[in-house]
Amino acid sequence: MADDQKTPPSGAPKAAPAKPKPPPPPPMNPALAGKTTSAAAAAPKRAAKPKAKVPDDTSPLFSRRGWLGLAWGSFTAATAGCLAASGRFMFPNVLNEPPQQFTAGFPADYGEGVDERWKNQFGVWLVRTPFDDYHEAPGFYVLLVTCTHLGCTPNYLSAEAKFKCPCHGSGFRETGINFEGPAPRPLERVRIVLAEDGQILIDKSRKFQEELGQWMDPEAFLGV
Amino acid sequence: MADSKIIRPEEGALVRAWNWLTETQVWTSIFRHTAPINDRNRVLVMLSNVFLHLHPVRLKKHGVRLRYTWCMGGLSFFLFLVLTFTGLLLMFYYRPTLEYAYSDIVGLREHVPLGIMREMHRWGAHAMVITVWLHMFRVFMTGSYKPPREFNWNVGVIMLVLTLLLSFTGYLLPWDQLAIWAITVGSNMARATPFLGYEGPGAQLLTLGGVKLIHAADDARFALLGGTFVGEGALLRFYVLHCVALPLVIGFLMAIHFWRVRKDGGISGPL
Repeated sequence: MADDQKTPPSGAPKAAPAKPKPPPPPPMNPALAGKTTSAAAAAPKRAAKPKAKVPDDTSPLFSRRGWLGLAWGSFTAATAGCLAASGRFMFPNVLNEPPQQFTAGFPADYGEGVDERWKNQFGVWLVRTPFDDYHEAPGFYVLLVTCTHLGCTPNYLSAEAKFKCPCHGSGFRETGINFEGPAPRPLERVRIVLAEDGQILIDKSRKFQEELGQWMDPEAFLGV
Repeated sequence: MADSKIIRPEEGALVRAWNWLTETQVWTSIFRHTAPINDRNRVLVMLSNVFLHLHPVRLKKHGVRLRYTWCMGGLSFFLFLVLTFTGLLLMFYYRPTLEYAYSDIVGLREHVPLGIMREMHRWGAHAMVITVWLHMFRVFMTGSYKPPREFNWNVGVIMLVLTLLLSFTGYLLPWDQLAIWAITVGSNMARATPFLGYEGPGAQLLTLGGVKLIHAADDARFALLGGTFVGEGALLRFYVLHCVALPLVIGFLMAIHFWRVRKDGGISGPL
């Protein structure tokens, strides 16, 4: 395309935007002689390079256009770098949040039923059951206190032996199975194992969902 | 298209795409004028674009003479923008309470990626105080405060004070010993305010039926600190002043300042 446009009549409209390189200039407009607009300066330079050099444009490295391109390129890169750095700034390296893992004492410390002592600090119920349907043994499992409907925190109603969400009335059995209200799936269980010193170790970073068959996982239940 | 010479450039594929693009409603609603290839269009583009209109359509040749202006006004404004941006980012992590202020500042260095953000704010603030002073010095030495620019000189003096106040209020926020005692010393000067400071001249005269109207718990210093010593009230008060009140006022004055520069004949130059 560039070849095709080499010989436009001097009065032809300039297609400047689509074409980064201006066509070789027609004979200089005498009205522009001596003016230092960029168009006037750049055009004669290329045409008259072999003969007379413009003293401003004798850089051995780059043409004026080259320098401008370098300057804008560097500016754009620096700006993009600053924006990226600012975006990274919003993701801190340290969080002041409760740890995902904690030891909860020895199994002998707990009686049967739902234990609420870790609810406020770590957001879990530790349940000791005489018989777990999934593992067919007595032991412990841990339920997250997050309702599976919209994320409120249910209350444990010991008289009715259920978890009842105050927001929209979802109800869960002590096993975590949902049986009333809008909750679409059971509460989630999390990893529970014995630490080296024999204490119960609860790890909220690993979750088990009943509807995915994950409650069968050996670490979803701690037999005693 | 080997042999057939295409004379009219608008028949090329790129040109046709460009022509189509520049005729869409989206394009024409954003770019109201054709390319600034002649004087008329250059003026129109500058005048109808909210960002470009901040810059004059024409500059006098001396406007870019760095040895005359030192570019100190422009650098001050640039530093203000840097400080606004970095300050905004710092506000995401800093809590102005006795319990958290200092540890949040430490966290801004240790716990946050690019702990340099706080340093940029601090060094930028020092630099801005320097550039504002040098700007004032330059304006004074070139006589640019003379009519018709005397109004703008006064706006500038107010902004100088506001810059120093921004620096002063920001100094307390790290809540370390340096900050607390510096503000204690600095704000003690307000005790000596005429009439309004309880140790200032004339304050003794303001009594009503033998009761002093101006005392330590209601004078100018108290208004500044929100208490009788540099405590939690002062920290919150300085924080709000530093992040909201003073930037709003100085931003408003900057708009006036730049507007008046243009109206009073543009950047001052050699006579």
